[in-house]
Amino acid sequence: MVSLRSAPPRVIPGLSLSLGITLLFVTLVILLPLSGLAWQLAQLDLADYLRIIGSERTLAALRVTVTAAAMATLFNGIFGFIVAWVLVRYRFPGRETLDAVIDLPFALPTAVAGIALVSLYDGSGWMGRLLEPLGIQIAYSWWGIVTAMTFTSFPFAVRALQPAIEELDPDEERAALTLGASGPALFLRVILRPLMPAILTGVGLSFVRSLGEFGAVIFIAGNMPYETEIASLLILIRLDEFDYPAAAAIAGTLLGASLVLLAAINIAQHRMQAYLREAR
Amino acid sequence: MTFDIRNIRKSFEGTEVLKDVSMEIGTGEFVALLGPSGSGKTTLLNIVAGLQHPDSGTLSLDGEDITRLSAGARHFGMVFQSYALFRHMSVAENIGFGLKVMPRGSRPSRRQIAARVEELLEMIELPGLGERYPAQLSGGQRQRVAMARALAINPRLLLMDEPFSALDAQVRQSLRASVRDLQQKIGVAAILVTHDRAEAWALADRIAVMGEGRILQYDRPERLREAPASEAVRVLAADAS
Amino acid sequence: MLRRLLILAALAFTVIVVILPVVSIFHRAFAEGAGAYWTAVSDPETLAAIRLTIVTALIVLPLNTVFGLAAAWAIARFEFPGRRLLLIVIEAPFAVSPVVAGLCFLLIYGAYGPVGAALADYNIQLMFNLTGIVLVSAFITCPFVVREVLPVLQVTGLDEEKAALTLGANGWQMFRHIVLPNVSWGLAYGVILSAARAMGEFGAVSVVSGAIRGQTMTLPLQVELMYNDYNATGAFAAATLLTFLALATLALRGLLHHFGPKRDQAA
Repeated sequence: MVSLRSAPPRVIPGLSLSLGITLLFVTLVILLPLSGLAWQLAQLDLADYLRIIGSERTLAALRVTVTAAAMATLFNGIFGFIVAWVLVRYRFPGRETLDAVIDLPFALPTAVAGIALVSLYDGSGWMGRLLEPLGIQIAYSWWGIVTAMTFTSFPFAVRALQPAIEELDPDEERAALTLGASGPALFLRVILRPLMPAILTGVGLSFVRSLGEFGAVIFIAGNMPYETEIASLLILIRLDEFDYPAAAAIAGTLLGASLVLLAAINIAQHRMQAYLREAR
Repeated sequence: MTFDIRNIRKSFEGTEVLKDVSMEIGTGEFVALLGPSGSGKTTLLNIVAGLQHPDSGTLSLDGEDITRLSAGARHFGMVFQSYALFRHMSVAENIGFGLKVMPRGSRPSRRQIAARVEELLEMIELPGLGERYPAQLSGGQRQRVAMARALAINPRLLLMDEPFSALDAQVRQSLRASVRDLQQKIGVAAILVTHDRAEAWALADRIAVMGEGRILQYDRPERLREAPASEAVRVLAADAS
Repeated sequence: MLRRLLILAALAFTVIVVILPVVSIFHRAFAEGAGAYWTAVSDPETLAAIRLTIVTALIVLPLNTVFGLAAAWAIARFEFPGRRLLLIVIEAPFAVSPVVAGLCFLLIYGAYGPVGAALADYNIQLMFNLTGIVLVSAFITCPFVVREVLPVLQVTGLDEEKAALTLGANGWQMFRHIVLPNVSWGLAYGVILSAARAMGEFGAVSVVSGAIRGQTMTLPLQVELMYNDYNATGAFAAATLLTFLALATLALRGLLHHFGPKRDQAA
């Protein structure tokens, strides 16, 4: 019997070339930079980290970022659901245009979104002129941050929900109605429950995107320390002061929170889908 | 020409799918590998084609050891179960592909390739369809184009993996006859993998009945019926007639 | 009744949140008339920013195309240890927010970072110049091509590639004649998304650009600069250019979607 001494050649060519290019790129462009952050963080001991994060200004920036992101996510959760529902279930003139326009915030550079929003909501803007006499100040306030975050993360909510709504069976809703289900009960049981995994994804992605949003926010935020200063901006300010440890500590916190959230969404989604399959 | 398969063994993740398989194929001979799925027949064909590598054993063609040769260097024509036609190329480009990718020194001229493609289109009775794309063809037509593409490179051996399985019964009958005609006209030895007994009996000079990674019996169809080596082969041969 | 109400709510929200801001850009850009608009667009600094933005994209896109094809090929066609981990790492840039991304590059390749400091001894500077902008843009856009090409490779082409090999094609011929045509739609899609993102990126680029007027200002940075200089017409005029870019991206994407192969229809 003849045995082959070395490993047989692979049939499909290109493993070493493609993997080589991939690993080189991944190392230089992804892994090294991420390890740069890790390296800077590793030089901090816990006390330093807590002192930076626990400082009043950092805490305020984190609070502003998280609360505004939560409010933007709430808006997008509600209106994203309505828009997705309308797009899937109803046929009306302008539906296709509406569908196409949803992706505009994805495609529009964030700096453009930023100056667009401020031009709309400042004292001389169309919305500003309408709202300021009513005593509602959006530009250069916390609500401005919410508006910017809502704009940039809006597509996440809609696009996550659309395919899930398409999979709902309208017959089930009709059947529930004929069985005497009331409106709210129908909505909760037959519509909202099977959509939960998609809602969670849309809302989660929207929130994570909002946490890190920068370009759209800084134009309209006013950027007052303690009041309308977001975490990303504070990172940049610390960088300008060459306070790299502080910049890294805030960035690490932001990145850590995003990663934990993304992982949690993933896990929760799997659990929910498994649960829904069993319930069927 | 003699093609010799010697002591081929192959395992996937600890499961042995080919257990010491040996057989030889003579000049112009049409051989069928017949067996149920999981018998190892497709793995054996892929090893012959150079698309998989055996753990041990040798393949030789007229005494030349080709075990370590790449699929392309073997110069075998292969007809895939899915036909694997290049969907972005016209029928003519599909058939001419093997000639177009030959090294510069031995590559025929563009005109020679076109002439060869025309000739093959005539041979498979699809003249004038060279400009079509695979998606515009019927299943039977695709099968014939796959056949022509494999034959275009003047292969030393023709390999066919369940080439009729995607066709309906009527088309299958008529194509069987034309495949056999074509193979005889060209005089190339052929290996056909099939799970269809009737097909093996209708086409093959010799049939290798495979089961659980071994060749149970390798002989002419009538010998399989007259002198089955085992109960399994006897049942198979009886049903096939 | 409910139906009308919902449609109305959806339209109203989308118009206020998405459409009005975009219309407002054009309103402001042309507030001082078309002449002022053209003067603003042809301002030398703006033109320099346009040039830098295009140069950046022209360097980043080939890099990302080669990387995306290589990574998708390796992951789709081969088994190797760490394959799943590699996919997660490639997706990671989408989870990193812009300023954090820029900071990461500064911390490693900047003058005070371990790699940057070592290179500084050889007089090589990677940050606050075109290299920095290219690197960070490559980071931000690198998942796009892989994301579009990998699923196509996973469901199609393996038999065709094997057929090409049995017919005598070498690796390059197989890639050029079989693989590339098979993934071309997905590749185009990924490249368009990368291009839009690379040209429009603001946060990450602003960290590493150094913001040298007329030299390391990309168009989005130039928008901010002019806006902070109270040059509203200039800022909004530059913004309209980026808006056209976004609209063109969406239009191209729509065209590819319309004319390209449907995802589930693998022949």
